[in-house]
Order: sequence, then C-alpha cells, then structure tokens
Amino acid sequence: MPSTTTTPTTPLTTLKERGRALTGTQKLATAALGASAAVVGATALEVKRRLLQGDVSLVPNADLVRSVAARMTTPLLPDDYLHMLNPLWSAREIRGKIVELIPETEDAATLVIKTGWGFATDYQPGQYIGIGVSIDGKWHWRSYSISSEPSEGRRQRSGGTITITVKAMPEGFMSAHLVRGLEPGTIVRLALPQGDFVLPDPPPPKILFWTGGSGITPVMSMLRTMHRRDTIPDVVHIHSAPNRGQAIFRDERLKLAEAHPTLRMVENFDDEDGILEVSRIEEICPDWRERQTWVCGPAPMLDAAEKHWQQAKLAKSLHIERFSAQLSEAAEGGHVTFAVSGKEVDLDGATTLLEAGEAEGIDMPFGCRMGICHSCIVPLKKGLVKDLRNGAEYQQNQSVQTCVTAAAGDCVLEI
Amino acid sequence: MAISDVATFAHLSDSDVEALGREFDEIRRDIEEARGAKDAAYIRRLIYIQRRLMVAGRLTLFASMYPPAWVAGTGMLAIGKILENMEIGHNVMHGQFDWMNDPEIHSGTWEWDTTCPASQWKHSHNFLHHTFTNVVGKDNDVGYGILRVTRDQKWHPANLGQPVYNALLALLFEWGVALHDLDIERIRKREKDPQELKRQLKEIWRKVRKQVGKDYVIFPLLSGPAFATTLTANATANLIRNLWSYMIIFCGHFPDGAEKFTEEELEDETKAEWYLRQLLGSANFEGSRLLHILAGSLGYQIEHHLFPDLPCNRYPEIAERVKALCEKYDLPYTTGPLYRQYGQVFRTIMKLTLPTKADPNEMQPLNESQPLRGAKRPSRDELRAYGGPLPPQAAVA
Ligand SMILES: Cc1cc2nc3c(=O)[nH]c(=O)nc-3n(C[C@H](O)[C@H](O)[C@H](O)COP(=O)(O)OP(=O)(O)OC[C@H]3O[C@@H](n4cnc5c(N)ncnc54)[C@H](O)[C@@H]3O)c2cc1C
Ligand code: FES
Repeated sequence: MPSTTTTPTTPLTTLKERGRALTGTQKLATAALGASAAVVGATALEVKRRLLQGDVSLVPNADLVRSVAARMTTPLLPDDYLHMLNPLWSAREIRGKIVELIPETEDAATLVIKTGWGFATDYQPGQYIGIGVSIDGKWHWRSYSISSEPSEGRRQRSGGTITITVKAMPEGFMSAHLVRGLEPGTIVRLALPQGDFVLPDPPPPKILFWTGGSGITPVMSMLRTMHRRDTIPDVVHIHSAPNRGQAIFRDERLKLAEAHPTLRMVENFDDEDGILEVSRIEEICPDWRERQTWVCGPAPMLDAAEKHWQQAKLAKSLHIERFSAQLSEAAEGGHVTFAVSGKEVDLDGATTLLEAGEAEGIDMPFGCRMGICHSCIVPLKKGLVKDLRNGAEYQQNQSVQTCVTAAAGDCVLEI
Repeated sequence: MAISDVATFAHLSDSDVEALGREFDEIRRDIEEARGAKDAAYIRRLIYIQRRLMVAGRLTLFASMYPPAWVAGTGMLAIGKILENMEIGHNVMHGQFDWMNDPEIHSGTWEWDTTCPASQWKHSHNFLHHTFTNVVGKDNDVGYGILRVTRDQKWHPANLGQPVYNALLALLFEWGVALHDLDIERIRKREKDPQELKRQLKEIWRKVRKQVGKDYVIFPLLSGPAFATTLTANATANLIRNLWSYMIIFCGHFPDGAEKFTEEELEDETKAEWYLRQLLGSANFEGSRLLHILAGSLGYQIEHHLFPDLPCNRYPEIAERVKALCEKYDLPYTTGPLYRQYGQVFRTIMKLTLPTKADPNEMQPLNESQPLRGAKRPSRDELRAYGGPLPPQAAVA
C-alpha cells in the first residue's frame, strides 16, 4: 500500500458538489466512483439518509465508501485518480491552491490558500503549516505561520481558506519565490498545522506580544481570532520593523487598536528609534512581569528575550517561536537522533548514517550499500545531510539514502 | 564461460578501468545536475496518461458483451498495465524519481499493479539483481531458478522440461515475479528460514487477494450482465502484459554477448569494475521511442544497469555517451532489433535443454595464468556469429 493518510474528515459535501463543473471523460470517471456506492448498497442509503438529516458524523460511512473504492483502484487509492479531476481532491498528500496574492509591503505578501481534502482549518491561532512548492521539478518545503484566524463551525470541514504571510529574504530561495514567483492557481502541498506557540482558549487576562518583522504572522492570527470573538483582554503589542513602509499589517493593527480600547499598540521603527533593546520593555510595559508573553522575530531578539525572562525567573510565562530553526549551516557531522528507536549519537562528517544506525544496533534497511538500489532510504525529519559522493545536500522532509549520506549538522531520522 | 575478472576479459589495464569508471561517474553527475522540471513532467504526464487509460478501459468494459468494446477495453487495460509495470512502476521503484521529493512518486511508497509486492521486488531486483548482476550463483535472475540460460549453469535432467517451463513462465510471468524473492533455489536446498518464508508468503497473499479481487471479482461483478466478458477481458489484459514483460525482460541479459560472471569477480571489485560488469552483462535492443516506453526503457538495459536510478527518459542521451565510451575503450555494446535479441534468447534456452559439451565442470576454470590476457578479444560480430556463450578456447582462437 502507498502510505495512506486517510482523512478523518472526508468531505462528503465536496463529493456532492462534484456534479457541477465536470465535463466529458470527467463525468465518466465520476460515474465509476458512483458505481462503488452501488457495491455498498444499503450503506450508501444510510449515508444519504444521514446527509438529508444534516448529520455530519458521516466519517465511518465515508470511510466505508472510500475503502470499497480503494478495492477498485488498488494498488492506488481513489484519491490518486480523483486529484486528476480536481487537484484538491486528495488526502494522500494534502494539497492547496493559491487563490490570491496580496502584497503587504514591498518585500512581503500574503498568500491566500484554498485548502484541499484532509486539511481541517480549525487550527489553533499561532500554529504554523508546512508548505511544499515544486520548483524545477522538485518539492521544497518550508514552514510558515498561519496569519489568518481559524474558521469556526461548519465551514472548517472543507473548502476553507487560510493565509500565510511571507517576507522575501535576501537571496532566500523559497521566500522570494513565494512572494514574487507564484501565480494564482498554483497547486502547493500542505502539512497539517502544528506547533505549541498558540493562544489558549480562553486567552489569559493580561498579555504581552513582542514581534519583529515577519514575526508578526502568528500573533496576527491570535489578534484576529480575539477580534472576531470580540474578546480582547488587556493586551500590549510591541512591534518592531525597519520603517513604516516595511511594517506588515500596519493599517489593520492600528484599526484593531482603535476598535478595542484594551489593546495597546506600540510601534518601534528601527530606522528612527534604533533597534528596540529588551531593556526598554520595562519602560514601555512596566507590568510585563504579570503578563503571559508571546515573542516572535529575528533570532537575536529571541535570544535576548529568553535571557531576560530567565533572569527574572519568569521563563514559564514566555512563549517563543523561532523561524530560523531549520537554517542550520551545513556542518561536518552532528548530533543524530534516530527518532523511532530512540537512539542518539554524535557523528563525524564521514560516517554514513547507515553505519551509524547499525552501530547503534538499529535494524537499518539496506541493499547494495553503494548508492544504487535505494533500499536504504529513511525519512529525514529534521536537519541536513550530505551525499558523500557529490556533496549534494538534503533537507528535512525527504527520504535519504543512508548508505551514502552523512550528517551535516544535527538531524533527526525517522527510524 | 563465466568471467572471473572483467578487466582481463576486456583487455583493459587497471588504470584504464579506473579511467572508464571516472567517465561513467561523470555521466552520472551531469545527468544528476541536469534533471529538473522536464523529467518531472515526463513521469507525471506518463502517469496521467496511464491512469486515464485504465479508467477508460474499465469503463469500456462495462459494455464488454459487445465485441468491439471488449477488444478496445482489453487493449486499453493491457497497455495501461504494461505502462504501469514497465515504464512507471519499475523505474519509480528504482528511485529514479526520488529526487523530486514527491511521496506519491517515490520508491519508498510505490506499489505496482501486479501480484508481486513492491518490497519483495525491490529486494530481489534493485538489490540482488542490480548489485550482483549476472554472477552465477548470486543473481537469481540468471534463469530465475528454473531455467538454464548459460552453460555455466550445470545441466540437470530437469532441464529437459525447459521448453515447457519457458512457455509457462511467459504465460504466468506475473506469478513468477511474485514468487521470485522467495528464492526457489534456497527453498529447494532447505536453506531458507521458515519464519521468513512464512512472512513473505503472507505478504504475497495479501497483495494477490487485492489484485485478484479487483480484476476477477469486483469489476466483473460491477459489470452486471457483462460479468463473464469483463472477466475474460481482464484475464486477457493480464496475459498480454505477462507475455510482453516476459519477452522484454528476457532480452536484458540472455541474448548472445551478455556475459556471465563467477563469484571470484566480486572479490575486491571496485566501483569501476562494477560498471564494467554491468556493461558487459547487459544487452540492449533497438526500436522506436514508443517501443522503448512500452518496454519500460529496458531497450536501454546497458544504460539502466550502469545508472539504475537515473531517470529513464534520460537513457537515450546517456546511450549516446556510453556508445562513444565503448568505441573509445574498444568494448562491446550489445544491441540489435528486438526480434533478433529474443530469437537468440529462445535459441539459447532450447539449446541448453540438453547437456552441452562445454559443460563448466569439464572445463578449466579461467585464471590469471590463462593466456587470455593480451589476447585479442573476439569482435562483436564474431561474438554474435558464434551464438551462445563463448568458451575461452574460442576466445583465444
Ligand atoms: C515555525 C516557523 C514559522 C515560520 N513562519 C514564517 C512566517 O510566517 N513568515 C515568514 O516569512 N517566514 C516564516 N518562517 C521562515 C521560513 O520558514 C523560511 O525559513 C524563510 O522564508 C526563508 O526561507 P528561504 O527558502 O527563502 O531562505 P533560504 O534560502 O533557506 O535561506 C534563508 C536565509 O538564510 C540566508 N542564507 C542561506 N544560505 C546562506 C549561507 N550559506 N550563508 C549565509 N546566509 C545564508 C538567506 O539569504 C536567507 O536570508 C517560519 C519558520 C518556522 C520554523
Ligand atoms: S543500500 Fe543501496 S542505495 Fe543505499
């Protein structure tokens, strides 16, 4: 079986909508799927009855339809055929469609993404998603915080949209492409929302947000969520940007502050005010010690905040999101974690991951041990590895040939 | 006679062999650097065409009680299955498209439309066959454990049944492939771990149930009144696929000129010598682009064996460079029209039904002291004209 991600929320609404925009062969293909319903007979009737009643708890039945259809499409999944009709109809690899690109500043843009099957838009404000974009035939993945607020109620099941807001980094490979090179209509891949840099529900009574540059994104989702629920507690938000022109979401933030007297917005423009040092928090927000604090921005700012809150013995009330976690410089060797077997080891840049795993007593898959058979592939969850044959680097979220690769920095292998 | 030292056989000095190895490495690097959107588009497009063919074929067969629909549906299904098994499945499972980082088109997740589980295929084929290519006693693809395809395999009275086994294997090829990784030879010698055997059989059974269920139960049932005709159509499509794959695959290493090797060759074999063994042990065939695609690019068997995990759509351009290297180093590049290559295979199988005079047991093993080094290796045409593996005497003559 292909690795299947059976969606917990097969959107039957989408199945129903399917009849609309189809033509010719597509209709024929759809008919084939319809035939699968015939096989389940009575169960299909049951699905219909529930649909008419508006009962959304169709999951078991949807799974039944899906599994019968899978008998017809084996060794593939129904999704492998359905996404040929509509690219969003596959939960095997979750897909998204870029519907709009909204410029925010001269080097940042918001991407509105229509999410496909398997993506539930009831994420928690502050979480991030993985986004995969095919560039020159290869899927590249990066993480981006969701800047939109989660949809609530029924719409969350399918067909929703989310937004991410990307700042083009100088010479940034993916960010520049996302901000400038992506056409609306492009199909991207998505990884489910994750992360614990989130706003609790209900939010704490006193909050401090400190954001810098594109670090505004997860906090924007939190602000928007509280705004929509119309329950903004006592919030102080300090945002740093190089200047007014580069301050992302400035108009919206100022409007929010106007609409909610409990929200105080403090802006720092580095060009005019100088970089905002952590020592100035005291003066801007004297009661910072009493506040649950969320900080997101450039690494030096986060390091300073971490130190400051630790010294005040308040590490518990500080929440930090690092954007640059994945940008480990290619190094020689590193600390390698074999996540499933729970083994860890420090490696040099010449030991192959295969040898290292075997030395730890892990049952590593292998074949030729010379890089031609691909028997030894293992998913790389985090970090960077290097192909010893040609120096090619492989980043997280791909499978690597362990027999010819070595650690180039700390990494995590899923085995 | 199997070769125990590729360099000697090819009358190349060690430094020549290493230089040749570097040239092959360079081809690999160039293609690795060049692969991109074009290659991704190639495999995607092929997958789309193949899936559309399958859907169209299945739908047409709902009307299979009408003979034209039966013929059209069977044809589409057969071609769909051939494309899936050969150009798509086989090549994707080799990891040729792993660089795309797409889990939906990846050697780690691909499962193909045959009764053979992908995981077992990857073991017996990607690893054993492609690593120990043509090493008699190590590579089970030399005769697939039931046929004698080279004189280096000792004759046994059971070989008298070869014409029958061969025909059966062609007809039931899918099933032969499904059982291949069990390693009949080791089972026969009682060397196989019964636990492992059980696990493999279970895995095969799970796959078989699904494949058979789809082709012989679910789709015939869905066709209602066309039950029987859909059943025969599906069986025919599978049969056509079997015969085609059998023929193509047998043309890879059994035609004249594709050498066999002894286990001695493997000792201290360098990467360069490995390349050379792949080159000497494989045979191409010629044909149109369409033929090559339907053959899963196995008409470029030589290029495939040199670079099993480079994208198959690149083999034609790689072939040009490999041919040039063969000229440069005066090495054979075995190829010919498909009918002739298969004709040679068939003749060999028939011939080896009977014990051969040049039985390896009766011959001197080839070793360093034999006067082969420096002797003129027979030309390609001489090799072809000879028909059948070459005893060393002939090579020296
Ligand atoms: C949880 C999380 C959430 C995130 N959320 C957001 C978000 O909401 N918005 C957002 O814009 N980003 C966000 N990011 C960052 C994002 O994932 C990318 O890291 C970022 O967009 C840069 O990617 P890139 O491909 O453009 O840059 P890369 O090409 O990967 O390089 C990153 C930066 O490093 C520099 N660099 C690269 N190589 C070198 C080198 N050899 N020497 C020196 N410098 C080098 C580049 O110039 C560039 O500035 C988030 C990251 C994480 C982990
Ligand atoms: S073991 Fe064959 S490629 Fe790694």
